[in-house]
Amino acid sequence: MKLTETLTDLANPTRFLALTARILPWLAGVTAILLAIGLYQSAMAPDDYQQGATVKIMFIHVPNAWLSMFVWSVMSVAALGTLVWRHPLADVAAKAAAPIGAAFTFLALVTGSLWGRPMWGTYWEWDARLTSVLILFLMYLGLIALWRAVEDPSRAARAAAVLTLVGAINIPIIKFSVDWWNTLHQPASVMRMGGSTLDKAFLWPLLVMAIAFSLLFVTLHLAAMRNEILRRRVRSLQMMQASRVTFASEAGAGSRDGSAPKGAA
Amino acid sequence: MSALGALIRRDIRIALRVGGGALIGVLFFLTVTVLMPFAVGPDLALLSRLGPAILWLGALLASLLTLDRLFTADHEDGSLDLIVMSRTPLELACAAKALAHWIAAGLPLIIATPVLGLLLNLDGTATLAVAATLLAGTPALTFTGMIGAALAVTLHRGGLLLAVLVLPLSIPVLIFGVAASQAAISGPLPFGTPFSILCALSLASLVIGPFAAAASLRHGLD
Repeated sequence: MKLTETLTDLANPTRFLALTARILPWLAGVTAILLAIGLYQSAMAPDDYQQGATVKIMFIHVPNAWLSMFVWSVMSVAALGTLVWRHPLADVAAKAAAPIGAAFTFLALVTGSLWGRPMWGTYWEWDARLTSVLILFLMYLGLIALWRAVEDPSRAARAAAVLTLVGAINIPIIKFSVDWWNTLHQPASVMRMGGSTLDKAFLWPLLVMAIAFSLLFVTLHLAAMRNEILRRRVRSLQMMQASRVTFASEAGAGSRDGSAPKGAA
Repeated sequence: MSALGALIRRDIRIALRVGGGALIGVLFFLTVTVLMPFAVGPDLALLSRLGPAILWLGALLASLLTLDRLFTADHEDGSLDLIVMSRTPLELACAAKALAHWIAAGLPLIIATPVLGLLLNLDGTATLAVAATLLAGTPALTFTGMIGAALAVTLHRGGLLLAVLVLPLSIPVLIFGVAASQAAISGPLPFGTPFSILCALSLASLVIGPFAAAASLRHGLD
């Protein structure tokens, strides 16, 4: 009940802007501190007995991979908000999240292939996990293309919402691809039944990095949402002004016809 | 029920008529398949190895190209609005339209497969395997593609945007279609495993496609 009230309150873009203006500096600060701690811990973490120093790529790779799926889930909830509850900020949230999610997915793919080169002996392997994440990346790009193809934001929002919900089928496929198929990508080691298989020396930096990256996403997402709201306001102001200018010039053209002889004289 | 039957009959008739353009998909399929030997060289052993992949890719692209017609023509002449407003559930109407589209544009591709298999030096079993996987898999292409077609028609955009939206969704179908054909031709996997996943994909898209397409039509057309 409390949550729905808060969500309804936030439906007012002005209130949302005021709230985020207060929260954002704190969020950004906490994110920066956590990222600094996480990066320091990652740098100080011992080398793995098999992987050597390359294990440290994991501290970047795993949070990015988690977030690539998490962002699509956020967009799916926002899509429901657009289609079912018609929440006015839902499509802003969905639109702002797409490029950020694409960036996280891209980073997950790049860091993964950089790690794969020394470990697997190849930058890319067409196994189930890698392929499904690549499909996720393509779907992010398709979604961004859809947002950019249509001028009217509310029309684009509903189309993008349908596509987001259809694409959400891919998320469980990515999550369970390592269990369903016999893949080169190792199965889950942190979030699994029976506890983590990771040593504490690696688990702590990883968790700190995961929280830091999640907060980074929240910060970037809120900032992008603010930008999107402001961009829409600028757009509507520009359109208002354009229509006023057209109107004025039409009216002005009429009066200039009348005043032209006077000016000439 | 009779309304749905009438819709299916009407769509098939329009698609096969002059200006319907359903059979142009087959022509495209033929052209793509003929182009391949020029690209990879006329090595018959290589062609028979690549054959299933070439046929699947050709069928995928051909069914993608004809998808544009699924809603556009009806949107232009206004009958799509009537379908949306009619008493028949829009989901069922979408499913009927997709079924008609598959009969008019998808089945000819499968019928053409044996002929194209000859050009690619596929033997009897291989051709049969590719035709069977296409029969099981092309409904999935049509029904997931329908989502993209519905989005494209509500946005008044077609062509490349449709392809960009639909192609990632069709990757699983392509993977298991080609895997099943390869399994039938050279093993070592049993044919049944990928083939049943392919059937499952078709059945799932049979359910998801009409709902998503109907949702985007309902929200998009105003």
